[in-house]
Amino acid sequence: MYKHDVLIIGAGLAGLRAAVEATRLGLDVAVISKVHPVRSHSNAAQGGINAPLTDRGDDWEGHALDTIKGSDYLADQDAVEIMSSEAGDAVIELERMGVIFSRGEDGRLGTRRFGGQLVARTFFVGAITGSAILHVLYEQALKHGLNTYEEWFVTDLIVEDGRCVGVVALDVKTGELHSIWAKAVIMAAGGAGRVFEPSTNAIICTGDGLALAWRAGVPMMDMEMVQYHPTTLARTGILLSEAARGEGAHLLNSEGERFMLRYAPQYEELASRDVVSRAEQTEINEGRGIEGNVLLDLRHLGREFIEDRLGYLQEVSVEFLGIDLAEQPVPVRPGVHYIMGGIKTDVDGATIVPGLYAAGECANVSVHGANRLGANSLLDTVVFGRRSAVHAADYIKSVDAGSGSDEHLNETKSRIQSLLDRAPNENWAAVRNFMANEMTKGIGVFRDQRSMEGAKAAIDNVDERINKISVQNKGKVFNTDLIFTLEMEFMADVGKAVVHSALARKESRGAHFRTDITERDDENWLKHTLAYQDADN
Amino acid sequence: MQAKLKVSRFDPETMGQGQRRWDEFELDVHPSATVLDALIQIREEVDGTLSLRCACRASICGSCGMRVNGDAKLVCKTRIVDTFKDGETIVVEPMGNQAIIKDLVVSLDPFFDKVRQVDPYLQPDAEPDQGEFVASNDSMVNLLTAMNCIMCGACVSDCTVLEVDEAFIGPAALAKAWRFVEDPRDDQRDERLKELNDVEGGIWDCTRCFKCVEVCPKDVAPMDRIMEMRDMAIEAGNTNTPGYRHTESFNKSVKKHGRLDEARLAVESAGYTNVPRLIDLAEIGIRSTLKGKMPPIVPHKADDKEKITRIFERVESERK
Repeated sequence: MYKHDVLIIGAGLAGLRAAVEATRLGLDVAVISKVHPVRSHSNAAQGGINAPLTDRGDDWEGHALDTIKGSDYLADQDAVEIMSSEAGDAVIELERMGVIFSRGEDGRLGTRRFGGQLVARTFFVGAITGSAILHVLYEQALKHGLNTYEEWFVTDLIVEDGRCVGVVALDVKTGELHSIWAKAVIMAAGGAGRVFEPSTNAIICTGDGLALAWRAGVPMMDMEMVQYHPTTLARTGILLSEAARGEGAHLLNSEGERFMLRYAPQYEELASRDVVSRAEQTEINEGRGIEGNVLLDLRHLGREFIEDRLGYLQEVSVEFLGIDLAEQPVPVRPGVHYIMGGIKTDVDGATIVPGLYAAGECANVSVHGANRLGANSLLDTVVFGRRSAVHAADYIKSVDAGSGSDEHLNETKSRIQSLLDRAPNENWAAVRNFMANEMTKGIGVFRDQRSMEGAKAAIDNVDERINKISVQNKGKVFNTDLIFTLEMEFMADVGKAVVHSALARKESRGAHFRTDITERDDENWLKHTLAYQDADN
Repeated sequence: MQAKLKVSRFDPETMGQGQRRWDEFELDVHPSATVLDALIQIREEVDGTLSLRCACRASICGSCGMRVNGDAKLVCKTRIVDTFKDGETIVVEPMGNQAIIKDLVVSLDPFFDKVRQVDPYLQPDAEPDQGEFVASNDSMVNLLTAMNCIMCGACVSDCTVLEVDEAFIGPAALAKAWRFVEDPRDDQRDERLKELNDVEGGIWDCTRCFKCVEVCPKDVAPMDRIMEMRDMAIEAGNTNTPGYRHTESFNKSVKKHGRLDEARLAVESAGYTNVPRLIDLAEIGIRSTLKGKMPPIVPHKADDKEKITRIFERVESERK
């Protein structure tokens, strides 16, 4: 029987940071992830990590204020205070673990500017900051001899007497189901970008953690807050980091105009992401786009600078579009990138279900509110990943392990068997592609009652089809067809929460911009939306 | 745009180890589609039983290493239109040198075991009292070469040494080791170099075939990293190895004769006191002589050997 003190679901930055902390506290810790840790989507974070380092004249209050303003005042100020004031130590700690952050002339950490902030306080590794940190945290995991269940897919949380005491999971390589028991479970399973199409997110970002917690009775909070990143590549939706604009790139419309000077004279291209995405969409809608895109222009930065500081952007642009950034502007458009909403937690990562914690993109503490500042997501993962582990370590002192019964395992086994036994009918990919396209249409950069109701109709349609999805692959070993079908069920849950939350919020705030109610309504709506699974039934 | 794919299939539940089946697909793909796009299209629309790994679609997660028309590639950054002639069949197989789990999915356990073998984490003797380690930006940018490694396994797949020698630590893990050897914040440089020099399968086992440099999708150039570590290991005083002796003998011979003295090279690489190895070589020598393949005991000399000697002298004086 598999049994640990703390089980962490997800091996990205939040999961690994939590794991390193729990290991240091002397606990028996394991990380379970549906992909190998270094494949986690934290890799895709390019631009950097924010931290107000007080020993060089910055102050945490400044970062907190920018974060709260950027959130359109929806972030919880106590949570932001914690994140901003712990940021400096968190970044220094990453450096000491071995992250090769860019330096200044004096050999100390160097910064670049990021959106929604007038101070340069974003620490970075070229344009591969997420990957560089993820690999270092993985190194630390190896150093500490962390237990890992690699390529294990969590199908269910085990909740007994109201407490979360483990998971049921599928070993993808063997196709066998197992129970893994733990006194505390930390959900760090990442985002849900695949609920939309296109999206910058990896194919693995299917909202598993959000749905698992939801099914265990935890509300998803502020799910209408879906971030559209202003610079994603045409067609594929691949991300081009905000670092480009942080380093001085311009946004141009079809007339060659730097239109952001009109929309945000103070912040220019580095206004917060919701503002820039809306500006781009307005330009496109008013006929000043180029085949549904605007242009990101780096030419004036020079080849050497681009290759030194933004090498990965150049690689992506050349490989995927054949565009050399030093020679040509690259077409970009707003694309789904991040979900501010998530599993409701307190500032220690605790959810309303004892024993269940959440951190990282799947969680909502809330520090991002209605719009996340660039380079705050990496900070969120390490600060609240660590805090979840510390709190969980304390919590487990006073609780017993779960029953060890096979009841949950057997339920899952029969559920999956019945799924495999279904007669040929719907295909998961067709359902997913339909839903994701409709979600982007309905819950877009701009939305209104009608568009959101369209998305709701699509979700209702998915609800009817989802129980007819049949799995073509009946085998056990590496049956991704089965995994995708289970992920589809998770995505449908997330889609449902997004649509209902969006319809509920009768104002415009941050990423939730309604063309039919364009004003922010602090009197009635300076509050979070909570979506419960039960409320729907 | 039409694309023709021939995909290697293996199902451990119905086929024996080493068996495979080829499935062919003809698809209508987007003009700028990648090989990964095509494979995803197959698994979503044609054959849901096809197993492959992929995640980010943007060449940063390292999941989708496969062999395409014989060479290891990240299929997400392999655009069909750039890579293949019009109508050419795209042959997709799992990576080499790694056991196949199913279809295009290989076991990366040995890969990560090798990574573990090089103690892949920073080992400073002490941390600064406050703040970060102070280090030059150039020293960090230097490490970026190896930190670009996404552990996709392409280099390991096509490594010609690993094909015959499972003990070889291999290009990816050695590039990872280089990253710590070169990190000014790490205090185990000499210990690391000694270990990499002495251990079976260490830095001297690379045959410099360039394959890893060729196939690496992130320009890590593992072989260059290995060669740099050889120099560093010698500089750090690790000279009692066949690898070092081989280098020296090679150098000496070419400098002196303008040509390679193969017989002496073999003996000097082994070391004059290495009796078991010398006995092996004697046997090889006898067999070679019988087949008329024994290199001359007194080496041929190059016609312009003085010129070659002068080149050596110049390089040596410039190095100083």
